[in-house]
Amino acid sequence: MNYNWNWSVLFEPEYFGWLISGLGWTISVALCAWVIALVVGSLIGVGRTLPNKFLSKICTAYVELFRNIPLLVQMFIWYFAVPEMVPEDAGRWMKREMPQPEFVTAVVALGLYTASRVAEQVRAGIETVPQGLRSAAISQGMSIAQVYRYILLPISFRLIVPPMTSEFLTVFKNSSLALTIGLLELTAQSQQIAEYTFQSFEAYTAATVIYVLIALCATVIMSLLERQTRIPGYSGKES
Amino acid sequence: MLLKSTKRILASAVLAIGLSPAALHAQELTGTLAKISEAGEIVIGHRESSVPFAYLNDNQEPVGYSIDLCMKVVEEVEKTIGKEIDIRYVPVNPKTRIALMANGTIDLECGSTTNNLTRQQQVEYLPTTFVTGTKILTRKDSGISSVSDLDGKAIALAQGTTNERAIKAAVEDLDLDVKILPVRDHAEGMLSLETDRVDAYSTDHILLHGLIAKSKTPEDFAVVGEFLSFDPYALMVPRNDSAFELVGKTALANVFRSGEIDEIYAKWFDPLGVPADPLLKAAFQLGALPE
Repeated sequence: MNYNWNWSVLFEPEYFGWLISGLGWTISVALCAWVIALVVGSLIGVGRTLPNKFLSKICTAYVELFRNIPLLVQMFIWYFAVPEMVPEDAGRWMKREMPQPEFVTAVVALGLYTASRVAEQVRAGIETVPQGLRSAAISQGMSIAQVYRYILLPISFRLIVPPMTSEFLTVFKNSSLALTIGLLELTAQSQQIAEYTFQSFEAYTAATVIYVLIALCATVIMSLLERQTRIPGYSGKES
Repeated sequence: MLLKSTKRILASAVLAIGLSPAALHAQELTGTLAKISEAGEIVIGHRESSVPFAYLNDNQEPVGYSIDLCMKVVEEVEKTIGKEIDIRYVPVNPKTRIALMANGTIDLECGSTTNNLTRQQQVEYLPTTFVTGTKILTRKDSGISSVSDLDGKAIALAQGTTNERAIKAAVEDLDLDVKILPVRDHAEGMLSLETDRVDAYSTDHILLHGLIAKSKTPEDFAVVGEFLSFDPYALMVPRNDSAFELVGKTALANVFRSGEIDEIYAKWFDPLGVPADPLLKAAFQLGALPE
């Protein structure tokens, strides 16, 4: 391989600044999308388990739609197709006047996609709660809302923390697709450094290391949360 | 003792005479040529939407001016290693082309790559095959006629191009407030312009003419402004491989000298209505080295 290595480019103020700004965008996109994913995902996940057939069908349709279309395609649809489908004025607003159009689009696309995955975890969590608890609660005269509020959700949300850890990590990694719609997040910034300096291997190595560090931090936080929320007797590892 | 060494000399002489010149060459192959000879194929990196240099035609095959010139290089490579080789195409974009060449994935890049000194730290170039520069593509009714009119407007720029830097530098010099949308390639830049997400797109002027020619409503768009950069295009080859480079230079010199270049040029640029620039004609003459 004919390649001139030069690691010092990464620490030149200009390029280092790009990496930091990219890191900032990556974290912002991922966290904002995660908030959307948690809210929408919880609603959809609960919706799928409701006795109301109509609501649960709609929620199932949402999950199948968003989970089965590749995220990249969804990004493009939100960015290029949706502004053309809405009324002209709204479309023009989305393209020109909306603050940070690339950021908002990326957050919405990533948030709604991740929501479909979170919804499946929530549904699985609710279905894991023994049927007997639900029956007992109803026989005590609780309404459906009360059964969810006091029995099903408190247990299921604590049960699904471990699988949610991997969804949380995935949202950071998936945020890199935002570069395809022009958001200068971490991957895009490392590409830009590669283009300006032609030291592509150094630039991508830096991005790799930063992604691994983000993942490690997220894992540590989630495992602390896991320890806090574990229900004795439910998760396999008793201590 | 004497007899023995004489015998050896005789033996090697017989061996040498018996071998064809091509086979003799084959023994000396090094670097990229050796790799191509061993694999029986040459890997060509090509662009997908650089009209008319290298782009995908209706059958999704790479065609264009640079591709035609690359075929001449491939013929010369076949002559040098003395056997037919297959061609494997790998699509590249401005972000990947240098890295893929530097790490040896592609042997030859046929697109619209500007030859500059920073890039020569990683790759090598064959003689100049086209001369162009940065201009601005916009809608005719946008009111933009030069870079200073971009104030308060949005422009899409393909990441990793020399044009991106030329525009950014001009914007900085004139202290303008321009929103810059980074896009991946010319097709995406044109899409952003067509869907009205940006007011302008910028790349080398010849490519802009190509984009207009391929668009659905060519009459809506215009190429405006002064040249903002000097971009000599060349085919890209690996660095530190003068044997392979020489084969490429020979192929191009033959094309330039025989006048075949005029036919190839006419084939791709006449439909766009872009006659060869005197500077480009001079470049062809300078590249037409004698045998």
